[in-house]
Amino acid sequence: MIGGFANHKISQSKNLKNIFVLAKRIIPCLDVDKGRVVKGTNFVGLVDAGDPVQQAKFYDAEGADELIFLDITASSDNRSTMVDVVRRTAEEVSIPFTIGGGIRTTDDMREMLRSGADKVSINTAAVKNPQLIIDGAERFGVQCIVVAIDAKKVSDGKWKVFVNGGRTETELDAIEWATNVERLGAGEIMLTSMDRDGTKDGYDLELLKKVCASVKFRSSPAAGQEVSSICTMHLPSPMLMRFLRHQSFISGGSRFNRQKIF
Amino acid sequence: MIGIIDYHLNNLRSVQKAFEKVGFPSFISDNPNELMKAEKLVLPGVGAFGTAMENLNVLGLKDVLDDHVSSGKPLLGICLGMQLLFTKSYELGEYAGLNFINGEVKQFPSTVKVPHMGWNQVEIVNQSPLLKDVEEKSFVYFVHSYFVEPRENVTLTQTEYGFRFASIVEQGNIYGIQFHPEKSQKTGLQLLRNFAGI
Repeated sequence: MIGGFANHKISQSKNLKNIFVLAKRIIPCLDVDKGRVVKGTNFVGLVDAGDPVQQAKFYDAEGADELIFLDITASSDNRSTMVDVVRRTAEEVSIPFTIGGGIRTTDDMREMLRSGADKVSINTAAVKNPQLIIDGAERFGVQCIVVAIDAKKVSDGKWKVFVNGGRTETELDAIEWATNVERLGAGEIMLTSMDRDGTKDGYDLELLKKVCASVKFRSSPAAGQEVSSICTMHLPSPMLMRFLRHQSFISGGSRFNRQKIF
Repeated sequence: MIGIIDYHLNNLRSVQKAFEKVGFPSFISDNPNELMKAEKLVLPGVGAFGTAMENLNVLGLKDVLDDHVSSGKPLLGICLGMQLLFTKSYELGEYAGLNFINGEVKQFPSTVKVPHMGWNQVEIVNQSPLLKDVEEKSFVYFVHSYFVEPRENVTLTQTEYGFRFASIVEQGNIYGIQFHPEKSQKTGLQLLRNFAGI
């Protein structure tokens, strides 16, 4: 017999341990430019890093939990290239994957989901039109909607949201924006520290801690910035980090064991 | 041959591809005449319970499922497909299900983040050929906001998310998996291999 709710009245603030049983996820995030995986540092200096479908197969075989493709070309004439990547990836991998970049309408979302993606990620379009988060969540379910936030430190304890691939600063405070997107219906947040992107210096834990504290499930990141210590980092389930940037993921060379957050 | 039931709710290719990976051919169809010939049926699904039942009825697939089950042939429900096997659901109203397994479909309490999405573990409570070579506490991929509460002892595995719910059920020739085996790497593929081999 399955336990009912009566015996499981849980105080959210006191007993997160009982609620928070989802595994941490290792999610390689691949930037795709004109149908090829590219690797950059601080959002610039891109070099070719291979065929996206081959990379996806590799990560699936190595035990990655999910995958994210970000189409950094993100122009509408490039759409068919990305749809093809999505379709071929769906044929090859047996893990969930998210597609982002250039998605501006719920019809764009539908095209990607129908082609085989499990989730879609929106960034600039969500900032320009927050209604898109609501519409996407209503049409496809919150589990499909990931909002990517590119944040850059502007002063002590302050991060601003950048859009257009990090080229345009907005007025939005990253922490407030994270709270807002969750309220509007984002199922997950993918947070990128523009200051740390591709530098292999680890995550911006201060930023991470602040964002974690502002979304529904609170959690305290522990651990340092070494790649090997990620497994002890405490993250809330709606928080998707770019856990490992492409290059360090390969050079790390280790297989990943899923572990519980606690 | 394994028939994958298309009731017009979602992309079914990943399920077919997963069966292909473990060496079992399958076909996707919404045609009752074709599906009637299948040795095994799979009812996948993501979407709302009410719409799903309506589509099954309109497409004449509920009768196919009834005949398939009463003839003793194996049926596997995945995610929403598992929930549809039960008596009724309280998703966005109250809807009658296929009623192959006695029990109800309920929403997660507000104390947990909904949907339950991500990798979580299965705890084996009853052994079965379906669980052959599936290790205790294996991680599998979930995406769901509702869970099943069976009235009888049909639970093979349970999963903890604030409390414990049935993540795999079996009753005679009827099987249900709440998570997505087609997205759960080795463990998921093993379950599909086991089902195909039953």
